Amino acid sequence: MVNVVDQRKSKFNRYKNLRENPTELLDAVIKPVQEYGVRDRVKDIADEGTFKEFELKFPETDPLEFEGYVGKKDELRDETDSHDAIIAGKCKIDGHPVVLAIMNKKFMMASMGIELGETVCHAVEYAGKHKLPLIIFTASGGARMQEGILSLMQMAKTSAVVEKFKQEGGLYIAVLTHPTTGGVSASFATLGDITLAEPGALIGFAGPRVIEQTIGEKLPEGFQRAEFLEEHGFVDAVVEREKMKEVLSKILKLHCVK
Amino acid sequence: MKAIERVNIARDKDRPKITDYIDNVFTDFFEQKGDYLGKEDASIYGGIAMFHGRPVTVLGHRKGKNVEENVTCNFGMPGPEGYRKALRLMKQAEKFGRPIITFVDTPGAYPGLEAEMYGQAQAIAANLAAMSTLKVPVIAIVTGEGSSGGALGIAVANKVYMLENAIYSVLSPEGFASILWHDSARRDEAAEVMKLTAKDLLDFGVIDEIISERGVGLSVVEKEQAGSAYDRLYARIDKQITAALAEFEGKTPESIANQRFEKFRKIDERFLDSESLVQMGNV
Repeated sequence: MVNVVDQRKSKFNRYKNLRENPTELLDAVIKPVQEYGVRDRVKDIADEGTFKEFELKFPETDPLEFEGYVGKKDELRDETDSHDAIIAGKCKIDGHPVVLAIMNKKFMMASMGIELGETVCHAVEYAGKHKLPLIIFTASGGARMQEGILSLMQMAKTSAVVEKFKQEGGLYIAVLTHPTTGGVSASFATLGDITLAEPGALIGFAGPRVIEQTIGEKLPEGFQRAEFLEEHGFVDAVVEREKMKEVLSKILKLHCVK
Repeated sequence: MKAIERVNIARDKDRPKITDYIDNVFTDFFEQKGDYLGKEDASIYGGIAMFHGRPVTVLGHRKGKNVEENVTCNFGMPGPEGYRKALRLMKQAEKFGRPIITFVDTPGAYPGLEAEMYGQAQAIAANLAAMSTLKVPVIAIVTGEGSSGGALGIAVANKVYMLENAIYSVLSPEGFASILWHDSARRDEAAEVMKLTAKDLLDFGVIDEIISERGVGLSVVEKEQAGSAYDRLYARIDKQITAALAEFEGKTPESIANQRFEKFRKIDERFLDSESLVQMGNV
């Protein structure tokens, strides 16, 4: 127990020290995350060799015909090994078959546009059709600005589909990773039957800088971090990356009715 | 007209507010307050009213009509308690079979410390999810600024209408310019690029119809002139609501919920081809 508190203290101190220099803060928080990519996550969570990615084909979405947007996506596809900011498929976790989706923040900070929203819906609907539990690792800077109002509509679309899945008896586990903000936090990310979060993950609707500008003061230490949300009753548990598979496996086991 | 001019009109302080729409389109309004969870948020205004002899639930963002009201209503920027209050009213409407009419006019959900602490994201998400299943007709009218998730949080409706000079967008043009170009001063350009006018949204298939503001949209209209013109606007809104409700007359609760679900499930259909929809069988 003491260990956990100490860890949190040191984490908060790190943020505090770096607060004066936001660029450093951003680097400190994001760098380790970038090194740990979506494929690493699959390796850590799915039983070896069981992950089968959905083969979804999307036309290029660019509703605003926003300058440079399509080119940017093309570049990122080569760099990040995903077609948009999410990968989804089915796999097994300690033998439990599940649908697994993981958002990829290397791809435009995993902002949500049409393709991402549609992929989430496919994953949810596949899980519903095949009566499988659904696990989504969320991470996002929010709505994909370059897709304008259509990106906002993804919030309603994904929320509706998730709600239908849940009402039909589906189990949805949301795992909030750093950072989960904006339109994703205000839609499917916070609709889990069970909500887990990674230590130190920034989770909130508005970004810290926007809030500080609005209220005209610095935010308290640890504000909007996973531990803060746990204290305020919005997540079931903060789970370290090393223990994530074990915890997911346990939850899946607890939902097995035979 | 340039998009930024629409933005300015949509935000004009003299533009009719939710209290005007309720006073002029409905009768017997009974205001309901509170989220029943310990908080009241004046930036969401709502209750039960009569519409041509039929009880309806009506609610929306309230910006206030003078400085004092602006402050009380937090300029129409709800916290989580506002969204929870809206949800309470909507669930109650469903229980009693009342259609729901929402008026959307907000710069966005409030980005404050308490709002975050009490679950702004979760409150909006809960509304999006619950509204998608409501078994009574929901009609949303964007009357001014429909900005971000703060607008959508009460706008998951069977029919979504916009006043001619209203705007509806993922973020304010200032915010958009700031995020994408690191320069909020480029708001005029952002407003153009974002495609946030009623006409743009109709073309995208995101809204169902535009309610004309002929003669009322501009803030420079003389007060008296505006008075009668506003009456014409209220009459048009009345007509639009009447037509929408007639469409759902005699429909089963399930089919009403289903129409709304399908509307949002397929809201971006024109940007996707059907090929992508059949690939799921591969796994």
